[in-house]
Amino acid sequence: MAVADFMRRVADSDIWYSFKSSRVVVGATVVTVFIILAAFLSPILAPHTPFDPATLNLSDALKPPVMFGDDADWSFLLGTDEQGRDVLSSIMYGTRLSLVVGIAATAFAMVLGIALGLISGYVGGAVDAFIMRLADVQLTFPALLVALLIDGVVRGLISVQRHDEIALYVIVGAIGLSFWVQYARTVRGSVLVEKGKEYVQAARVIGLSPVLIMVRHVLPNVMGPVLVIATINLGLAILTEATLSFLGVGLPSTQPSLGTLIRLGNDVLLSGTWWIVIFPGVTLAALVLAVNLLGDWLRDALNPKLR
Amino acid sequence: MLIFILRRLAQSVAVLLAVGLVAFTLFRYVGDPINAMVGQDTSIQEREELRERLGLNDPAPVQFAHFIINSVQGKFGLSYRTSEPVGRMILERLPATMELAFVAALFSLCVGVPMGVWTGLYPRHWSSRVLQAASLIGVSLPTFLIGILLILVFAVILGVLPSFGRGDTVAFGWWTSGFFTFSGLKALILPSITLGLFQLTLIMRLVRSEMLEVMRTDYIKFARARGLTNRAVNFGHALKNTLVPVITIAGLQLGGIIAFAIVTETVFSWPGMGQLFVQSVQFADIPVMAAYLLLVAFFFVAINLAVDLLYYAVDPRLRGGMATQAARGH
Repeated sequence: MAVADFMRRVADSDIWYSFKSSRVVVGATVVTVFIILAAFLSPILAPHTPFDPATLNLSDALKPPVMFGDDADWSFLLGTDEQGRDVLSSIMYGTRLSLVVGIAATAFAMVLGIALGLISGYVGGAVDAFIMRLADVQLTFPALLVALLIDGVVRGLISVQRHDEIALYVIVGAIGLSFWVQYARTVRGSVLVEKGKEYVQAARVIGLSPVLIMVRHVLPNVMGPVLVIATINLGLAILTEATLSFLGVGLPSTQPSLGTLIRLGNDVLLSGTWWIVIFPGVTLAALVLAVNLLGDWLRDALNPKLR
Repeated sequence: MLIFILRRLAQSVAVLLAVGLVAFTLFRYVGDPINAMVGQDTSIQEREELRERLGLNDPAPVQFAHFIINSVQGKFGLSYRTSEPVGRMILERLPATMELAFVAALFSLCVGVPMGVWTGLYPRHWSSRVLQAASLIGVSLPTFLIGILLILVFAVILGVLPSFGRGDTVAFGWWTSGFFTFSGLKALILPSITLGLFQLTLIMRLVRSEMLEVMRTDYIKFARARGLTNRAVNFGHALKNTLVPVITIAGLQLGGIIAFAIVTETVFSWPGMGQLFVQSVQFADIPVMAAYLLLVAFFFVAINLAVDLLYYAVDPRLRGGMATQAARGH
């Protein structure tokens, strides 16, 4: 019963109406869900395990995709690279890594931004001024530059082998630290508005601790815009990870994301083996475009001024 | 006006000092400068002497002051990777990045503004719809992918344009220029399109939405009623009033161009500062990173300042606002 009620409420809601009346948004959702499923089910669905050296065979190297060329092999639908790795399987595993990094970095940035924004807005004074000036200075630089710099500093602090082992965490941290500003500013603004309202004063009169008031009472009321920013930033985070990996400072070639795959394909591009670079590129572009379209739609659908 | 300029200058210096502090912290505390300078067999005593002579035992504020003074003079120390002076390494690569950024910005403005005017004036024309859809895809395509696609089509398949390097350059003192040789100009085409494309789509969409807005206003109707030609209305009245936001975004994006030159330079093996920065990140070459950070911060702050001042040159309404504000003693 509860499920049926919930379904009816969803079906009657404005958001669902706005969702199903836009073909572009429905299409973007289908693409996103398809890519996410294909990526996270890659251990089951992928035809090969491209990063298990035991299954690779050099005689399979540089096969073109099945539609282009006579020596193509149907078990390598999108061709193979110069080491005989199946391009389709590499893409599926790579997309999974790209998604994991993108989602983790966005979540990290969100948590950090919310925490600093809550503190800044609720405490005020010198703490507020310090956090906001820090945000101003960081906002002067593009996020890509900040992430590159953080990555370089970590490399200066630890050895190279060690860096490859923890590359995943370094890149999540670097992207997260370069995207927190927008959340902090939004949350701080909302907190300043909410702080004066009666329910917060009531909570204070009861004698709740500031932390409890912030997390249980103020936070739920500022989450709406935060989630919209998170959706829009997810596409940006995936793109930043791909760019860093393409520049050779992101994920190493032993655990390649889409960006790493594009870099490896780009290294052999001049020999005319276009499929090694084009297919990961198209996957990345489709993923980012679909996520961006969803983010834009969500922003408009949740904005009461635009209804 | 003077007060405004002075206040903006003070803010800019404050931002630069903050970035300088970050750069100094990197330079001084990430990795040991002494280890990078001396060999394995240097005794501890010699290391201590060197440490004393370089002023590394001074109090941190004194060291920071030295760092800032040296930076202003262009002395950034030696690279950990090549042992060359960082200042000279960056100076050698500055012209390549500057010329690339300049051509890319020029390309995005010269193509983006007319496209935006066209799609803003005739939003229902089929070509406008095509341009709109293309710009959405252009925004979503990562820079490096555009570069790779261009290389694939024009260098690998058609073989008409070079895929890497600057071509032949002409030296004017320390500045090397690719503008005066045929191969230099040819080498500029693909990288500057790659770098300028994102800015182009942004400027086009901005000019379009501003044009749509302005064309609905009363003074445009009035100008038509006065019997002015379409050209005078479109360019003299409408376009002029869209310029303020365009200058803001274009100016701020110039910073973005310098940052994304990192990606473009890597794709096209362009021997500029961005490529140097990526290499220094890979090798954790802290002095180069610190110097690049300071230099980019300087560019950004200078651009922001110039954009703010340009407002007052372009928009007479703001000048009036400033005058009354100043009169109120603000």
